[in-house]
Amino acid sequence: MKWEIKTEDIHTSFRDEVEELSGESFGACYQCGKCSAGCPIAFAMDHGPTKIMRLCQLGMEDEVINSDTPWLCASCQACTTRCPREIDIAEIMDALRIIAKRRGIKPRTDPDIALFTEIFLSNLRWFGRIYELGLVGEFNLLSGRFFKDFGKAPAMFLKRKLALLPSNPFKWGKVREIFKKCEKMKEGDGRE
Amino acid sequence: MKYSYYPGCSMHSTAAEFESSFRFVARVLGMELTEVEDWFCCGATPAHITDSLLGLALPTQNLLQARPAGLDVATTCAACYNRLKNANRVALEKPKKREALARVLGEEYKGEIPVRHILDIFVNDVGIDNIQRNVLFPLNGLRVASYYGCLLTRPPEVADFDDVENPVTMDKIVEALGGVALQWPFKTECCGASFSLSRSDIVGRLAGEILRYAKRAGAECIAVACPLCQSNLDLRQKEASEYEGVEFNMPILYITQLMAIAYGGGGKDVGLGKAIVNAESVVHRVFGHQGSERVER
Repeated sequence: MKWEIKTEDIHTSFRDEVEELSGESFGACYQCGKCSAGCPIAFAMDHGPTKIMRLCQLGMEDEVINSDTPWLCASCQACTTRCPREIDIAEIMDALRIIAKRRGIKPRTDPDIALFTEIFLSNLRWFGRIYELGLVGEFNLLSGRFFKDFGKAPAMFLKRKLALLPSNPFKWGKVREIFKKCEKMKEGDGRE
Repeated sequence: MKYSYYPGCSMHSTAAEFESSFRFVARVLGMELTEVEDWFCCGATPAHITDSLLGLALPTQNLLQARPAGLDVATTCAACYNRLKNANRVALEKPKKREALARVLGEEYKGEIPVRHILDIFVNDVGIDNIQRNVLFPLNGLRVASYYGCLLTRPPEVADFDDVENPVTMDKIVEALGGVALQWPFKTECCGASFSLSRSDIVGRLAGEILRYAKRAGAECIAVACPLCQSNLDLRQKEASEYEGVEFNMPILYITQLMAIAYGGGGKDVGLGKAIVNAESVVHRVFGHQGSERVER
């Protein structure tokens, strides 16, 4: 595949930002392709992990930040485990998601992935222990797929696989405090 | 053998049968479990992909709550295991992050509480001999494909109790119970994990490949040790069958359910009826046709 790279597409500051946040260095990558070969979700990605690494080396911010690849990463750690240069590629995917979120960018092909993450965290913030029925309900409501998995619900209830009520939300002050302090520390870093 | 026990959220809902069978097996094997007081969610994947500090603070606080007991923390869920153990690694190796965490949590944690997955405990503390000695009903040569998924062995710096590409802990347990542990290539492939809701299509495809290879290896059931693996292979088996164009009907059992069957656990302990895919075939193989009442009970 032929790429035309213009100088204005290259932002070394972007590369530095990802390196700082992830604590990893792109210089070590020699493009062997092992990360893409072992990635179970590469088939669904616009760029495989190897190409993302190369684009980051070049500092091609727009191409990387608008890619759905980091969002589709399942954090299975296959790339990190197998990288011959010992780069924690999954950690870089985390960093790219965090940076994309800072810039207000959502996954293009599937905004539901970001939505699920947000709903999961707000569920955790309120109920301490994940309230799965609430999680599924809120996800279906906000993603507009009201009847997704509707057929599975009766069986799940009959088998008592889904709890009807969440845990006592008044018990989890400490959890909310952790969320608040982490948010504050992010602001304190001047990053956001 | 005393342990602090961190069940994790799934054990109280979607993985209720993992909880009941593990509790039963622990009693048989003489493991004493005390739940970590007021434990809460480890943050799983959503926390660390949103804010790395939050992703560390949640598991670290849980470990702080486990600290007074001074015992190893036993985990059942592979994701909880990964998050808690990773928090230990950060506390030991990254002083800057340790300090930041102390500012968030108001207390310093130095990684002093060991985190262990129950597979590690079964094989290394209880021992295969003990696991075998307690068998009342051998599995009768049941052919089992042990599926470990991603986070029980990866990354090896965190999950360090088994081989990273060809783990054998569950296989050893299966053999000790009188089953046949199958060699197959998809032991550590990913099931799609937390995309279960947001991208069921991806999970269907990945689960389909795993099920296809298990079937090809001659598996009569798949053994798992993670609630998300179980749910993606069982609950999403319909999607997987649609993707592959084959009806799999492959029972997905927690390894502790197989142990509980072999140890003579009652229907409520084993919890076979909780799965979507009917596991009656497994009971028939072990007990003959009189065994079906065990599933219904």
